[in-house]
Amino acid sequence: MRVEVEQPKCVASGQCVLAAPDVFDQDDDGIVEILTDRPAADRHDDVKEAAALCPAAAIRLVSE
Amino acid sequence: MTGAHPGRVVVVGASAAGLAAVETLRRDGYDGSLTLVGAEKHLPYDRPPLSKQVLSGSWPVERTALRGQADLDALDVDLRLGVPAAALSVAARSVTLADGAELAYDGLVLATGVRPRRLVPAGTHGVHVLRDLEDAVALRERLGPGRRLVVVGAGFLGTEVAAAALTLGAAVTVVEPAPVPLAHLVGQQVGAHLARTHRDRGVDLRTGTAVAEIVAADGRVTGVRLADGTRLPADDVLVAIGSTPNTEWLRGSGLRVADGIECDEHCAAAPGVYAAGDVARWPNPLFGTPMRIEHRTNAAEQGMAAARNLLHPGEARPFAPVPYFWSDQYDVKFQAYGVLRGSSQARVVEGDLADGRFLVAYRTGERLTGVLGAGIPPRTLRGWRTAVADRTAWEEALSVP
Repeated sequence: MRVEVEQPKCVASGQCVLAAPDVFDQDDDGIVEILTDRPAADRHDDVKEAAALCPAAAIRLVSE
Repeated sequence: MTGAHPGRVVVVGASAAGLAAVETLRRDGYDGSLTLVGAEKHLPYDRPPLSKQVLSGSWPVERTALRGQADLDALDVDLRLGVPAAALSVAARSVTLADGAELAYDGLVLATGVRPRRLVPAGTHGVHVLRDLEDAVALRERLGPGRRLVVVGAGFLGTEVAAAALTLGAAVTVVEPAPVPLAHLVGQQVGAHLARTHRDRGVDLRTGTAVAEIVAADGRVTGVRLADGTRLPADDVLVAIGSTPNTEWLRGSGLRVADGIECDEHCAAAPGVYAAGDVARWPNPLFGTPMRIEHRTNAAEQGMAAARNLLHPGEARPFAPVPYFWSDQYDVKFQAYGVLRGSSQARVVEGDLADGRFLVAYRTGERLTGVLGAGIPPRTLRGWRTAVADRTAWEEALSVP
């Protein structure tokens, strides 16, 4: 799985960081940053949760 | 039926909560038949940008789409869009749609949302509400330099629209019956700060006064008349005075409905029947109080929770979120965690209202129950969210440097 974010869409809600703090972070303006774009398999459930919770639908998960 | 799973699940409501429910069902391994019913003809889209990016013109409407057709095809969902649900029989386990279709179900998720309250019946030209895409497009087309907009209601929606309309060059008047806008929700201090912010930008904000009548001539709005007799001329009027849960279609269904669909702590309204999003009322165990939350994030979280509890009723988990909402006002993002309404005290714990960067903590009884920040770094805000989630005592929360 590869994680992509569309930063211009991000509304800085921070829900992704709450769901998967080891994969997502926020800069000082709250905009999403990716810590690892290929999370380990045991992290996939939380990453999917983060993508689903994003109120801006700014997180895309690409199957590889 | 596959194992303990239901074989037919119907989700009524194709916005954020309904979408979260169907995606969670599939993600958690449900492989039976799945039907998603939506009153609107659109694929699921996001509502918060309607009063922000769509209204200001910074986003084309297509950008509000939450998923494309391919995403929904991949979920193997029978989509029934543009068809409102008309009736439900819990006893017969059947939903009837407006086109007469009967959908039998083993599991049901109700996510029919809310609709805006109106002051006059729909149809008067120039009188707007803002809930769906068409509303946003209709209002956006009317805003611009030289236009006069009157907003009825200074809640978060009304103030966001006022901010967007002002940036487009319109002359904006906001009428609010309460002496301080939003005070019932965010407290006097923050409410007064919001009022100052809008007045400083040039909004004519009239508080402590009610709209007595929307005035129209030849089917087109010409202004509003206030309770004190003042007439405010307007090219357009936005009515933003709150919402009503879409539950009329459930009359006679066997469900308990009172300001939303009444659920237990698992979001269950009846065996096999769950509710999520703006329309659901349930007791939140984290705060020990019944809630109905009209926030975007809650729609997704509750849609997920309802889907999981529907699939695994034996392992059902109470839905105990820390509510979250945000509001964009001009160039400042307000973010809040927890329950602010009804708190007994609100205290500025960081920054200063005067310079527009601040964090306010809210107390209910002896507990910290909410926080609201403007221009506060996300990490700081998350720390406070944790304190709310941990039911931290007020004194303890405020003693941490």
